[in-house]
Amino acid sequence: MIEFKDIRKSFGDKVVLDGVSHVMETGKTNLIIGTSGSGKTVLQKCLVGLFEPDEGQIIYDGVNFTDMSPEDRKQLRQQVGMLFQGSALFDSMTVQENVMFPLSMFTNDSYADKLKRVNEVLERVNLNGSNKKFPSEISGGMKKRVGIARAIVLNPKYLFCDEPNSGLDPQTSMVIDKLIKELTIEYNMTTIINTHDMNSVMEIGDNILYMVNGKKEWSGTSQDIIFSKNKMLNEFIFASEFLQDAKNMRMLQAEGKIDENGAIGK
Amino acid sequence: MSLLNHFGSYILMLKNMFSKPENAKLYWKEFMHQCSDIGIGSLGIVCIISVFIGAVSAIQTAYQLISPLIAKTVIAQIVRDTVILEFAPTLVCIVLAGVVGSKIASELGNMRVSEQIDALEIMGINTKTYLIMPKIAAAILTIPMLVVLSMVLGIWGGRLAGSATGILSTDTFDRGLSEGFMGYNVFFALAKAYTFAFLISSIPAYYGYNVKGGSLEIGRASTKAVVVSCIMLLIADFALSALLL
Repeated sequence: MIEFKDIRKSFGDKVVLDGVSHVMETGKTNLIIGTSGSGKTVLQKCLVGLFEPDEGQIIYDGVNFTDMSPEDRKQLRQQVGMLFQGSALFDSMTVQENVMFPLSMFTNDSYADKLKRVNEVLERVNLNGSNKKFPSEISGGMKKRVGIARAIVLNPKYLFCDEPNSGLDPQTSMVIDKLIKELTIEYNMTTIINTHDMNSVMEIGDNILYMVNGKKEWSGTSQDIIFSKNKMLNEFIFASEFLQDAKNMRMLQAEGKIDENGAIGK
Repeated sequence: MSLLNHFGSYILMLKNMFSKPENAKLYWKEFMHQCSDIGIGSLGIVCIISVFIGAVSAIQTAYQLISPLIAKTVIAQIVRDTVILEFAPTLVCIVLAGVVGSKIASELGNMRVSEQIDALEIMGINTKTYLIMPKIAAAILTIPMLVVLSMVLGIWGGRLAGSATGILSTDTFDRGLSEGFMGYNVFFALAKAYTFAFLISSIPAYYGYNVKGGSLEIGRASTKAVVVSCIMLLIADFALSALLL
């Protein structure tokens, strides 16, 4: 569980985070959503320690991350995996070397053991046989999966994903979402995802934080969104007429007024 | 950003570079990789420019020494001393500031922009120690070696050009080389080489590591890194000459 209380962050005069508080739950996919410039990425970077918040507390399973010494943070970070928007794979290394890198850096395992673990995680993300390929030789979706494999290779307790679906087609996006969801349950991780993707919100949003102008505007589950009366949230999520219709259908289904096929119920 | 801010950040970067490696074996591997990149990678250009500067300085010295009262061995002495004192350490390092400096700045800049540095930070790796330290250490080890090689090749180039153009025989050149040789000059050249090696690796590392933005900024950082390295190198050249000679 990651809890953050009253996080504030400014760059010069520009206030980017203005007292954001929330609890990210273990074993669930926690989503941070909001328009561009709402402070999602800055919040996530504060949570992983790439930015220092001006005020507030970040607590990882009861341990105050903001007060930790650099050495303690280094230890904690070995329990953190992160999938970056552009995957951030090391260009000069093959897929296998990329995934093996955290193992080589932080474990004393033999090469055979490391290779076994690499093959396990590559198989888990459906990338068996791609070991010797370089990042420049694989597709965007494959890069994301290699990024996920590298993030989970050390069995992390916390997984951060920054826009995991950006630049991917809808079908591949769904595969990535499903994979993240499955891994979250399998490894019992606290997963935090920054996203713009409305499919992700509706499909894997166990715990959603909606931000507007650096503030928490709304929080709840993907089911709560359907019935939410929050005007800003509705405008953001159901921006198109098509999505608005889909919402209305879901509401009618939930109220039992129509069945799964859209036929009028009793 | 003011000059003082840059200087302060540069010093902090150097200070934070010294931390215990997470895994000595991987750091050693990275160091060897950088030695190969910086040392072996620059070997070709260093060999070519060294032979030519030696050859050209022999011909130009002969052109200026037209008095029959001056012995031809003096040409060899002048070639030897100019190559050892200035051409090999300074000229070679200015070329290396372009070759190695732009490579270091663009490599780190690209890693910064594509979030590879952030990925390493998230893993709990001190990126300054892992990415910058091996580059500076490799430069400090290999660049003085390249400078020594450049001295030998420069003098050999002068000898070759002297005999090929009929200015002076190889025997005369060899005699001139051993006349009035001062070992201190080699020490001075090496002192310059170590100083320049540090400057042309650490300054581009600073600019590359702190790139903000996209690919355009990487190009700008590389150019700035090379320009600043060259200026600092010339200032250091003057300071060392004033102090040590």
